[in-house]
Amino acid sequence: MLAVKRPGMGLDIVPASDHSILVTLGQEISAEVHARVRKFCHLLTKDLHEAVLNVHPAYASVLVTFEPRAAELEEIGAHLASLAGRVDEIEEPPARTVRIPVCYGGEFGPDLEEVSRICNLPAEEVVARHVGGAYSVYFLGFAPGFAYLGNVDEEIAAPRRGEPRETVPPGSVGINGRQTGIYPLATPGSWRLIGRTPVKIFDPQRENPSLLAFGDRVQFFAITEKEFRSQCR
Amino acid sequence: MPVIRVLAAGEQTTVQDLGRPGCAHMGVSASGAADPLSLRLGNLLVGNPENTSSLEMTATGGVFEFDSDSLIALTGSDFQASMDGVRVPCWVPVAVKAGQKLALGRTRGGARCYLSVHGGIEVPLALGSASTHLRTGLGGHEGRALKEGDVLPIGAPPGQARAVQQVHPQRALRWLDTRAVRVTPGPQAYWFSSESAEKLFREAAIVLADSDRMSIRLSGVRLQPLRRDEMLTEGVSCGALQVTEEGKVVISFVEHQTTGAYPKFANVITADLPRLGQLKAGDAFRFQLVSFEEARAILREQEAWIDSLV
Repeated sequence: MLAVKRPGMGLDIVPASDHSILVTLGQEISAEVHARVRKFCHLLTKDLHEAVLNVHPAYASVLVTFEPRAAELEEIGAHLASLAGRVDEIEEPPARTVRIPVCYGGEFGPDLEEVSRICNLPAEEVVARHVGGAYSVYFLGFAPGFAYLGNVDEEIAAPRRGEPRETVPPGSVGINGRQTGIYPLATPGSWRLIGRTPVKIFDPQRENPSLLAFGDRVQFFAITEKEFRSQCR
Repeated sequence: MPVIRVLAAGEQTTVQDLGRPGCAHMGVSASGAADPLSLRLGNLLVGNPENTSSLEMTATGGVFEFDSDSLIALTGSDFQASMDGVRVPCWVPVAVKAGQKLALGRTRGGARCYLSVHGGIEVPLALGSASTHLRTGLGGHEGRALKEGDVLPIGAPPGQARAVQQVHPQRALRWLDTRAVRVTPGPQAYWFSSESAEKLFREAAIVLADSDRMSIRLSGVRLQPLRRDEMLTEGVSCGALQVTEEGKVVISFVEHQTTGAYPKFANVITADLPRLGQLKAGDAFRFQLVSFEEARAILREQEAWIDSLV
């Protein structure tokens, strides 16, 4: 079986199926591993094999899906291995910063008081720390446009709710441990909701349907309820 | 523009093509026909490019009225179709006269039947594809399953396309034989003991009623991982055999979540993904382990067979 293992580096290239290969670039959620995943994706998209259908990064891995009628597993695997070998030779590509307005607390952030209680910090301090963070988009998953953002300040890293909500309103901003994220669509959800953004996170009619992309940096800023309502229109 | 009027929709009828495979990085799975082989063959039978949007019916079919002369084909499972009291066979092109009604019933075989029409079903593309993603309301006809009263425009006739005169039903159904589903090892295959794996391949898996286009849920088979490490969330492939904490096996399907944190024991081979689309609640089948070389040979054989029809 096709496999490249380099102990110590956490590099591992294995077939996930007859039409996809999983490249593992680390073993933990960290800025370092995220940087390696970004560098690998940068190399890969610059030098994309024509049979590759999709490049799907996550915390520490990249799933590469290809058309098995157009290329062989070994061919794609060898290509990925050669790119993975060059990851440590290049600089991390520059990241785009996306600023997102959030109306915190009240009806838009029904769990803010609870987060404040769990973390033993005033609600204003929870907001200040959430706004104060600079987050990386580790990857998108769960639902269209849902970005896993990290890392959240340890002092406000409230765990998810025991009982998920059946429907979370689109734009809701939640915390789940050291991760934060924005629900793009009305979906079930268990992250603790501290606010809501009036910005449309996912819109299939836009040229870039997803506001956020893998590798982006995100900063939140607080807006008032009045500002929220005027921006919603 | 010629149209199809939906007089009855059936259990779950959606507009599908071969999906949007390049969107997983934004959290959107490929969707597309649950049985892509039948969709491709249906299109070839009516002279469409293989990726043309058709109707996918699930378990029971609908009733459709054509307002102009059309060329259609039914592929996949036999849903007891008739027109003016005359049986309409699957796997052949059928001429429909303006005003005729095509009525489909309950399946006599697998889960899905495809209705392809010369020119295709005209819907706006979403992220490059006409396929309906039910979970997210993306694509297809208003992002949802069809209802009674819907009117579907038929697209312009395609230019020169390769066409198939007929498909031998027995030959087609051989590729859709749901008694066995072949798999290759998954990225976490080594998390499971060989005893546990052997047991999985010996026992019959039974399709549970809550299976859908997102996942196929199984009873009858279980797997116990040797390790209990936290898995970091990673990308998931269509056809992945994900193993839950309780040892249940869930196959990710065309509308799967793009990422997950369950270990993946194995993955259905590309040539057998169409079989997943024909599995219905209560069906019993066996998994068979094949090598990546065998998976490739089977896919080549399938493609060579399709090429031989043209």
